[in-house]
Amino acid sequence: MENNSIIRIKNLTKSFPMGKTQFTALRNINLILGKGEFTGLIGPSGSGKTTLLNIVGSLDSPTSGEAWVLDHSIGKLTAKQAAQLRKEKLGFIFQSYNLLAVHTVFENVEFPLLLLKMGASERKKMVMDALEWLGLTDKVKSKPPQLSGGECQRVAIARAMVKKPSLVLADEPTANLDAANSHHILKTMETLNRELKTTFLFATHDEKVIGYLHRKIYLLDGKVDRDERKVNSEK
Amino acid sequence: MKTAFKLACRNLIGAGLRTWLNVIVLSFSFVVIIWMKGIMVGWDHQAKTDMTNWEIGGGQYWHENYDPYDPFTLSESHAPVPEMFSEEITRSEMEPMLIVQGTIYPQGRMQSVAVKGINPKQKIFLLPTHKLDTVTDAVPAIIGALMARNLKLNVGNYLTLRWRDSKGTFDATDVVITEVFTSNVPAIESGQIYIPLEKLREMTMMDGEATLLTFADSEKERSPVEGWVHKPKDELTASVDEMIKTKTVGQSVFYGILLLLAMLAIFDTQVLSIFRRQKEIGTYIALGYTRREVVGLFTVEGAMHSVLAAVVSAAYGIPFLAWQAKVGWTMPMDVSEFGMAIAQTLYPIYSFGLVVSTVLIVVLTTTVVSYWPSRKIAKMNPTEALRGRIQ
Ligand SMILES: Nc1ncnc2c1ncn2[C@@H]1O[C@H](COP(=O)(O)OP(=O)(O)O)[C@@H](O)[C@H]1O
Ligand SMILES: [Mg+2]
Repeated sequence: MENNSIIRIKNLTKSFPMGKTQFTALRNINLILGKGEFTGLIGPSGSGKTTLLNIVGSLDSPTSGEAWVLDHSIGKLTAKQAAQLRKEKLGFIFQSYNLLAVHTVFENVEFPLLLLKMGASERKKMVMDALEWLGLTDKVKSKPPQLSGGECQRVAIARAMVKKPSLVLADEPTANLDAANSHHILKTMETLNRELKTTFLFATHDEKVIGYLHRKIYLLDGKVDRDERKVNSEK
Repeated sequence: MKTAFKLACRNLIGAGLRTWLNVIVLSFSFVVIIWMKGIMVGWDHQAKTDMTNWEIGGGQYWHENYDPYDPFTLSESHAPVPEMFSEEITRSEMEPMLIVQGTIYPQGRMQSVAVKGINPKQKIFLLPTHKLDTVTDAVPAIIGALMARNLKLNVGNYLTLRWRDSKGTFDATDVVITEVFTSNVPAIESGQIYIPLEKLREMTMMDGEATLLTFADSEKERSPVEGWVHKPKDELTASVDEMIKTKTVGQSVFYGILLLLAMLAIFDTQVLSIFRRQKEIGTYIALGYTRREVVGLFTVEGAMHSVLAAVVSAAYGIPFLAWQAKVGWTMPMDVSEFGMAIAQTLYPIYSFGLVVSTVLIVVLTTTVVSYWPSRKIAKMNPTEALRGRIQ
């Protein structure tokens, strides 16, 4: 259980300075996420989903309490160690894709591998594999402005998946997509979760996403409201 | 670092027009600075060469009382040419020159001149002294174009020349202008008249005497001679370096302004791109960069402008600079009135050091100017950058 967990959050609170006072975005959160989960943080806008995802992603740190991600205590990491963790183990998917507009699809997906200082031939193979998973092999030389929203998000998923991270954090990945594209990318992610054993943590309030989740953690006003597991999930 | 260069290249090329505008402004600075500095080096070279050819040869011995800036010393600054030089003089490797003060009366006006006695067969100077080797009814004389123009004198004009001999007695004779020469050395033209050495010695009763001894070979070891001061070539041309240096100060201000403009453009681009690319900055951090590495990336990106500019400069600058070195730069105004040792057309000379130092200075300044605004990234909150909310 403990050994099998990928995220452990204990009494986590996060507050932001707001003028003279503090605004508490997360209150006393306790959570354990196991390896290979396909879980979502669900809640209305402002409930603290992004804040929690950012802390798990070592982009931010808790005000109090602790968050362990892959046995690293997020609050205690130096900037360098946090960057190392993100570089090697984490993948990010954003609502607005956040692709590098002047780089080709290939270069965008290659980026995380460049940071890992991989050799050119190895990079090429891994990028082509990732593009294959996402059905983007015919877009290798395109640049993001030439792609549709669905294609952009698939490139972003390829970029998050290319290094086969342990944990992928996806913040509202379908918010800018239509139904068909949403289902397409969710199915793809579900397949990757199953085949590569990658853990996924979503932040969403999109019903379409919720339908795919194996575990739903409902957030309300910065607190965990409900934690539901799909008992009769994948056969 | 290699990754940063790769990314910086892609980002810059991707940024398109803005990048190229900056690159063109920068490359313009490169070419103009190298060209202007090249002109200065060329001028220095030209002035020294002209000075060597027309005035100082390979160096001189001055009579110990001789002071080129004080004509009143002339009456005391002459002495017999030391015996030890006679051999060199016979071989035409050394030329004595006698200088006395005199007065000419062109068109009834009075003009004080230095009368220079020179060997008509000399080979050290470009002065057309062979024109002194003629038989005329008056003493043959050559003058520089500068003086000829000022006094409205021409070849064939007769003048009365008055001088004082060694005993201080005044005497006068007629001279005829047999040649007007053009040098780029005002120092040997204005207020000077050249006549045959032996004639002047005879006129002044200073047989075998001289004021200056100019030798051809600058390399030969020279020992001190009683009553004479050795003036090596370097010492005599030092004034040229001085003059060029003063001119360079004004030029540096111009480079400064040129670079400042280019740097403002880079600075502006950096500030704008850091503001507009917050999400991208956040993304770099999410993908595993530290903030400091992003600062590095943006600095490299800004600095790459200058590297691209160097490449672009090479493309159009090398042909331009080479063409300039060949045809030279002809100044639009008449330079003979400047009173400086300057030719009408200057041929720029570019040294390896000049090019390398210019490139280094521009690349370094661009790097600093790119780094300066980028430091802001180190203080950015990555989550806010991702939201693009930083003002
Ligand atoms: N950097 C911040 N400074 C101040 N308040 C913040 C900051 N980040 C988030 N918040 C506040 O915290 C709350 C939760 O935000 P967020 O985690 O983005 O919610 P969600 O992603 O669920 O919509 C919101 O009220 C938001 O305004
Ligand atoms: Mg959010």
